[in-house]
Amino acid sequence: MCNGCRNCIAACPYGVIGINQQTGTAHKCTLCYDRLQGGLEPACAKACPTQSIQFGPLAELQQAADVRLAALHSQGATQAQLYGRDDKVYGGLNAFFLLMDKPETYGLPNADNAKLPSRNDVGGYLTAAVTAVLAVIAGLVAFRRRGTG
Amino acid sequence: MTRFLAEHFVQSPQWTWYILFYFFFAGLAAGAYVLGTLLRFSGDPRDEPAARIAFLVCFPATVICPVLLTADLGVSWWKFWHMMVDVTPGDTGLNFKYWSPMSVGVWGLLVFGFFVTVSAFDAWLSNRRSAGIVPMPLNRAFNVLGAVVAIFIASYTGVLLTVSNQPVWSDTWVLGGLFLASGLSGSAALLALLIRNRPDAGFSLGRLHQADGYFSVLELALIVVFFITVGAAGTLAREVPWLPLWAIAVAGVAGSLVEARGHLRMQTAGGAGTVAGVRLDTVVVSVLVLLGVLALRAAVIFSAQ
Ligand code: SF4
Ligand code: SF4
Repeated sequence: MCNGCRNCIAACPYGVIGINQQTGTAHKCTLCYDRLQGGLEPACAKACPTQSIQFGPLAELQQAADVRLAALHSQGATQAQLYGRDDKVYGGLNAFFLLMDKPETYGLPNADNAKLPSRNDVGGYLTAAVTAVLAVIAGLVAFRRRGTG
Repeated sequence: MTRFLAEHFVQSPQWTWYILFYFFFAGLAAGAYVLGTLLRFSGDPRDEPAARIAFLVCFPATVICPVLLTADLGVSWWKFWHMMVDVTPGDTGLNFKYWSPMSVGVWGLLVFGFFVTVSAFDAWLSNRRSAGIVPMPLNRAFNVLGAVVAIFIASYTGVLLTVSNQPVWSDTWVLGGLFLASGLSGSAALLALLIRNRPDAGFSLGRLHQADGYFSVLELALIVVFFITVGAAGTLAREVPWLPLWAIAVAGVAGSLVEARGHLRMQTAGGAGTVAGVRLDTVVVSVLVLLGVLALRAAVIFSAQ
């Protein structure tokens, strides 16, 4: 149960999560879980007048996206690319996008910098451990026994 | 080189004042525990009064930590215990994620609270009837275990920031070490401030300033590495508005170094770090160092958000 610590907000690379000031808990898109339970599609896909947002079985969406991309490429739009379709970004996303430029232009992490926060666990703790060893030695040197003065 | 590209698309978690002061007090409490332990290990009985003050000062500094953390949760403050207990129906149990510094930190704080409570009570009792609750050899082993947890507490706050996707924080791996060095320096300054008028603990005054000097060398080195790593990631510009805070942090480090040098000189000249001669320096330098500890954390926390 969410207690509002906001650690997820610091971690989410897509800036998806927000905090609800009234409840003090984190909120994000659930693909309209309640509508899905009632056999409906998410409200955004239903409402989008240009069919830019599509919802459905992943394999079908992937196939449709591949066809669309091939069509764009054949029309000379060589910069068109699917984002999140393959496993280059976070091992593949179940929500993917058709982009006409590099991901950074759209405010999306690219294949190089799509990294999990836990990548820094080892480096962070290791630096702390080395500092700790040096600091303990420094403390022992400063407090070493000196005469009886 | 692309490895160092920093394109952070995250939202700010709005970790601000409560977290800043939590980091501050956690650093001081943990640093004081480590120093109390090290003072006991000096083997000189003249360090014992200062060691006891260190353990005593840990207590209020630690008690305030969970208060600040729960206050930070805002309206859902009463759900703090969800950090430790999973209340999902059908999936209840304890919450522990070793890869999440926040999860490990919450458990660490609980364990640290136990060590602090026992050691502070022991120090209080020792001051009153010249014998604590734990016999000294056992006490030392207990203190060592507590100091290991304390080192974790002082440093995990930095690792917590590093293990995120936020600019600046996740661009460097030094924050854990940096917060530890600065926490130790701050607690040495705090102890010096507290014992400056205590003739029974005066013996440790110069030694604490000397230790503070060593910790400050470490801190300074880590500040340099911080700027190098953040610069390599391309997010150095975020530090510019916070340069005044960095200046205060560096002033604290400089104050520690100057004071430590003075005490080293006194020592070589045969002085034992008398109380009277350094009283003013101790107040000025300690306050500067403590402000520096706060400013350093503020600069790091605010520059990302
Ligand atoms: S959902 Fe986010 S805010 Fe809520 S407890 Fe989990 S990490 Fe914290
Ligand atoms: S699943 Fe990924 S994109 Fe969605 S909220 Fe979680 S971290 Fe953010």
